[in-house]
Amino acid sequence: MRPLSSVEELNKLREQAQARLAEQEKKIQVKVHLGTCGISSGANKILDAFVRNVESCKLSNVVVLKAACIGLCGREPVVTVIAPGKEKVIYYDLNEDKVSRIVDEHLVGRRPVMEWVLPLDEPLLKLQEIRVMHNQDLDPMDIEQYIARGGYQALGRVLTQMKPEEVIDEVKKAGLRGRGGAGFPTAIKWGFVRSASSQGKYVVCNGDEGDPGAYMNRAVLEGNPHSIVEGMAIGAYAIGNVRQGYAYVRAEYPLAIETLSHAIAQAREYGLLGKNILGTGFEFSLDIFPGAGAFVCGEETALLHSIEGERGNPRQRPPFPANVGGGLFGKPTTINNVETWSNIPQIILKGADWFASVGTEQSKGTKTLCLVGKVNNTGLVEVPLGTPLGKIVFDVGGGIPNGKKFKAVQIGGPSGGVIPIECLNTPIDYEAVTALGAIMGSGGLVVMDEDSCMVDVAKFFLQFTKDESCGKCTPCRAGIPEMLQILNKISRGEATLEDLDTLLELAEMVASASLCGLGQTSPNPVLTTLRHFREEYEAHIIDKRCPAGVCKALVTYHALEDKCLPCLETVAGYDAGGYQALRTVVPELIPERLVTKLQTSVCAVDLARFSMTVPAKNQSCTKCPSCRLGIAQMVRLLDDIATGKGNPEMLDLLFELSDTMKVASECPVGKTAPDVVLFTLGHFRDQFEEHILGKRCPSGVCQEALFYYTVCPLRVGGPT
Amino acid sequence: MEPIDAEARPKEEISISYAGRIFKQVQEVIDKTGGQVGALIRVLQQAQGLIGYLPAPVVKTISRDLKVPLSEVYGIISFYHFFSMVPKGKYVIQVCMGTSCYVKGGQRILDALKKERGLEPEGITPEGRFSLETVRCLGCCGLSPVMAIGEDVHRKVKPSQLKDILNSYR
Repeated sequence: MRPLSSVEELNKLREQAQARLAEQEKKIQVKVHLGTCGISSGANKILDAFVRNVESCKLSNVVVLKAACIGLCGREPVVTVIAPGKEKVIYYDLNEDKVSRIVDEHLVGRRPVMEWVLPLDEPLLKLQEIRVMHNQDLDPMDIEQYIARGGYQALGRVLTQMKPEEVIDEVKKAGLRGRGGAGFPTAIKWGFVRSASSQGKYVVCNGDEGDPGAYMNRAVLEGNPHSIVEGMAIGAYAIGNVRQGYAYVRAEYPLAIETLSHAIAQAREYGLLGKNILGTGFEFSLDIFPGAGAFVCGEETALLHSIEGERGNPRQRPPFPANVGGGLFGKPTTINNVETWSNIPQIILKGADWFASVGTEQSKGTKTLCLVGKVNNTGLVEVPLGTPLGKIVFDVGGGIPNGKKFKAVQIGGPSGGVIPIECLNTPIDYEAVTALGAIMGSGGLVVMDEDSCMVDVAKFFLQFTKDESCGKCTPCRAGIPEMLQILNKISRGEATLEDLDTLLELAEMVASASLCGLGQTSPNPVLTTLRHFREEYEAHIIDKRCPAGVCKALVTYHALEDKCLPCLETVAGYDAGGYQALRTVVPELIPERLVTKLQTSVCAVDLARFSMTVPAKNQSCTKCPSCRLGIAQMVRLLDDIATGKGNPEMLDLLFELSDTMKVASECPVGKTAPDVVLFTLGHFRDQFEEHILGKRCPSGVCQEALFYYTVCPLRVGGPT
Repeated sequence: MEPIDAEARPKEEISISYAGRIFKQVQEVIDKTGGQVGALIRVLQQAQGLIGYLPAPVVKTISRDLKVPLSEVYGIISFYHFFSMVPKGKYVIQVCMGTSCYVKGGQRILDALKKERGLEPEGITPEGRFSLETVRCLGCCGLSPVMAIGEDVHRKVKPSQLKDILNSYR
């Protein structure tokens, strides 16, 4: 490829690329979404399966394409099928078996397999405003597809038609604010660096997205890398005197590093980076700098140190990076988040008014958010700023799974805080979130239900900041562990109310005296949980009780008849047979410790006996004799077998009794009661025979004879 | 972290030609990136990519050739989680302990790994096949809890599946 030497050449290339895309759109396009989340769910296998199937069916009117993550991360692997003249169809939760049916019915038969299709009118899709993520259906490795969609047009326009000041004015008019945390107006930041007098300045992209629960920058880096390259080039032109930019991407995102490196190399090849860009004499190069796994490097001064090849320690500001002496190698430097840079080309191309058409008075545009935790639609969403939190969690996110109650949302990672249920109407914008004591951060929303303990959450985040503190300044290095100790005391039930005051005092000290953002914001999780859930802290301290049942030292278990029995039925009387249920279903229902125990030491006889004693006997209304007498008879037989008094005929008798009950009982209770017995007899006959002939229980359970106590989730995990 | 002079070596015998090759490759990396910005971190990253960890002799070579004091190199190695001076297993297991994975049971994966293979965080199995690390968010929160073995990311991991998952790595 010869480097493009003018905007006209870029336009010509765009037309060619558009023609190629149009050619492609005449066929049925199968787009396999290959983000990190998709690949880890097996999207590469799906891609292969589609290619194989399409080849073997000799479908010449179908093209199988690679695309980026569209944000349905909890439902990967996801595939979009677009037939000419039809609406797109999104398939989710695919596996290789499903692929052949989709090929047969949809690609050959032209009828979508409706049961696996995500309805396009779902709030998840309908309420989103896709702007930053608008190129996720393209192949991120192909610069020409990006150019066909109007890519690098903004750069061309800026270089040929706009003065640097006009670019800054346009960004200012759009009201774009930093997407990485505090929401500082981007245009003002650029203005500072522009007005600093210095030979040589830098632009830096902060892709060190370390907040747990947040990965929207990864999606942009992997899915729309050229928008970042273009945005940075425009920024470099607007700021002036910038020849070099750096993109700092964390080492934990190998695919993002690969995609962005590829994008940079391609842009260089096409003459969109380097010397004399598009023949205008403008020079700008961009290099990628992989991080090395330190959370504090997301802080701007620490990030700069890291690029300089030093320890990522933050330093005192001022001088700010925008000032002379404060930036990279002492030169004035603009540092913006991935998403901020990615917004720039669209602002230039579609205008500030278009950008500002959504959002609130102070916060314009859209924000990508990561919706994770206890929510049905986990994944990446993009909504206008100012969308109420409740709408995001319940409409876009589809609410809380398993019928649990919503409790709070944690926003902004370890620097942010929790927002409780009372504040569900809060619009998600910079001011409103800050007013609640949290910060917007990069946009990770971790949804928590009633099973989450707020003391535990605060503990988790403090542990995180304690581990990630660089250790340079004392308030952060020594203050955070001190706070953590108090929280540990609270969760063990050893704290007093005075400790809460000490905790608050420490939090204030750490927040006001720490050197950098990491320390200053680290008490936020503690402060917000204390503010909104003080009663939960007090329950730990005064009543020695953890309301959510998380803090192990404070949880005791009692068997309650009305709660335990239905639960035991679910466990043992599950349709497909108790043991199978215990193996497959129960991991969701009961603690893992118990499941392991069941798999290694369950006794089929005991399980059968238990299924007849507790669930069946208690449910039977004793109206029809087959159920009443059948159950009693079977319990007696199983009792005998379990205690070593059985004989081989008893097994036949059990089969007979089961059959009678299944046929003769009047209601489902009697008809389903023998299921577990039949199942265990069918699959574990050897265990029954061992009891009868060997007079021993192979798993050693029958001696205890109290198997059912260990099954109850309310009992397990109690004091042992 | 081992003291810098304890020359940690992987369990298997390292032949002289192997060591020679590694040093030659590291030297190439140093020559290539020597003059660049932030060369030290890049060189360390690539050296670790070649060897799997940073043995003390290699660290000394890097320090000498880049003209950065050994103490400073060590400061950087100990600061960034990515670098390690102890050998890693053939497969590195990374269990995510980010918020989402923590809420969904990351700790239970750790417990199960300990039970299954006696693996503790920062530990290695006796035969050297697996070593374990906990990490802060692999960025797959939609699929939590997540565990990565080498390059493969395993989604929605249940402790009961661990045995099968581990057995598939030989």
